[in-house]
Amino acid sequence: MESRSGHLAWLPHLVLLLGLLLVGFPIYVTFVGSTLTTPEILSGHMPLLPGGHFVENYLTALAQGMPQLSGVPVARLMLNSLVMALSIALGKMLISFLSAYAIVFFRFPGRMLCFWMIFLTLMLPVEVRIVPTFQVTAKLGLIDTYAGLAIPLIASATATLLFRQFFLTIPDELIEAARLDGAGPLRFMWDVLLPLSRTNLAALFVILFVYGWNQYLWPLLITNTASMTTLVVGIKSMLTVDANTPWHLVMAMAILAMLPPAAVVLLMQRWFVKGLVDAEK
Amino acid sequence: MERRVVFGGKLLPYLLVAPQLAVTLVFFFWPAAEAVYFSTQQQDAFGLSTLFVGFENFTSLFADPDYLHAFKVTALFSVAVTALAMLPALLLAVMADRVVRFAAVYKTALMLPYAVAPAIAGVLWLFLFAPGVGVLANALRWAGIDWNFLLDGNQALALVIVAAAWKQLSYNFLFFLAGLQAIPKSLLEAAAIDGAGGWHRFRTIVLPLLSPTTFFLFVVDVVYAFFETFGVIHAVTGGGPSKATEILIYKVYYDGVVGLDLGGSSAQSVVLMIIVIALTAVQFRYVERRVHY
Repeated sequence: MESRSGHLAWLPHLVLLLGLLLVGFPIYVTFVGSTLTTPEILSGHMPLLPGGHFVENYLTALAQGMPQLSGVPVARLMLNSLVMALSIALGKMLISFLSAYAIVFFRFPGRMLCFWMIFLTLMLPVEVRIVPTFQVTAKLGLIDTYAGLAIPLIASATATLLFRQFFLTIPDELIEAARLDGAGPLRFMWDVLLPLSRTNLAALFVILFVYGWNQYLWPLLITNTASMTTLVVGIKSMLTVDANTPWHLVMAMAILAMLPPAAVVLLMQRWFVKGLVDAEK
Repeated sequence: MERRVVFGGKLLPYLLVAPQLAVTLVFFFWPAAEAVYFSTQQQDAFGLSTLFVGFENFTSLFADPDYLHAFKVTALFSVAVTALAMLPALLLAVMADRVVRFAAVYKTALMLPYAVAPAIAGVLWLFLFAPGVGVLANALRWAGIDWNFLLDGNQALALVIVAAAWKQLSYNFLFFLAGLQAIPKSLLEAAAIDGAGGWHRFRTIVLPLLSPTTFFLFVVDVVYAFFETFGVIHAVTGGGPSKATEILIYKVYYDGVVGLDLGGSSAQSVVLMIIVIALTAVQFRYVERRVHY
């Protein structure tokens, strides 16, 4: 309005630039730290421009075994994080898509009971029931396994509710037409519903990938050996209480831990923003 | 809402819900039931036998000054995180809604912390403020401020609050911006023609129309501050110094996993479950009402 053409046109830009500074400064300083050596960082006047150890630090972090991580290199932790994030994202999408399909497109005894049982899980984040969930998972022998990292976290209602909401907007005529053409329920799901859900699937993938990659408490509990832990959890082991923290490697690890989820968010931005706002309605 | 046209089939729907139901039963209902069960039991020191003690775990919990302290810290922490995540996000969203040039650049950049894990957000801020290491810690020392959050509880609390709020800023920003963009421009133009100034329009039109978004974000942020910030606390302060940053979820973890007090930790879990259910119920009541107007 008046600010767009008038004398205050610069004000929003100023505020937004301050916002960018707030968001960007910690990330920038971390990046700078990842290109220095630890003595340079600890010198008391750390430079604020990138140094010359970028390649060296990242290669060391990625490929060399870390003594603080029982000799496991960061590349292995990234692989674990990737497996966990992908399993959670794809697993949640799959089981939610199927259950929402059953609940919306069929009438069967116990349908509402199923819906409410799934719906209840919306209420309790895994952190709340952490110790008993850990014990159940331990009883099933899933400690230090990818299954133990991923499966307990795919029990959640958000995705089911999102699919349900979307399925309810599918016009009846579409089902009738599919039936006339002789398509059964599975055929309809695969050939009609799945392609129509593309946007929702893309948005959910971003949200769930970020959720899975960024998990902390669960992988902390469920993994005992360094070779099975995730990158986000592994960083904490690098921060030793004494003054021996290899800050240059910790910063390289922090950047590596931010890259994949940031890339997914940025590359799929268009679907993500719409999906995020829709998913929570 | 129900569909009119549905498919027939007796077995198929059960097969389709089976995977999710199985995961939900094994990893949700079973642990939740165990939490309730263990909250009424007391284990001996070796974990060999358990004894039914009724509500004793709960009464001793609320008689424990450490637990009450964790409650107070959590209240302060979550109020501060919520306020710090919401107010700047609202300001930035209002500004981003006004600009045309570079709008996409601002939006994309402000989205970034969404992708950052709470624990990593903690590490970023730790690197700025670690005494003797961080550039901002050194700057504070330069300015004559005795900054050492490893010793000063208030400083430690401030640091984890800022790190936790920083991560949540993006989420609030995206929702506020979506909310602002949903407000019909004609409404604001009509008010402007009637002579309402910018601030007046914001207060009487924008804020009320934004209230569902604000309320939703409030609940989401409180839940975030209660639970998802565990990574920030664990990575940056470990609950210290002397429990100054020990929030409830950290205490559940510490007592249950480190202290091996199963009964006490389960009782804490049950208390947390009740808090979340209450928050969710409040939210759904509000959302229901919102549907009608």
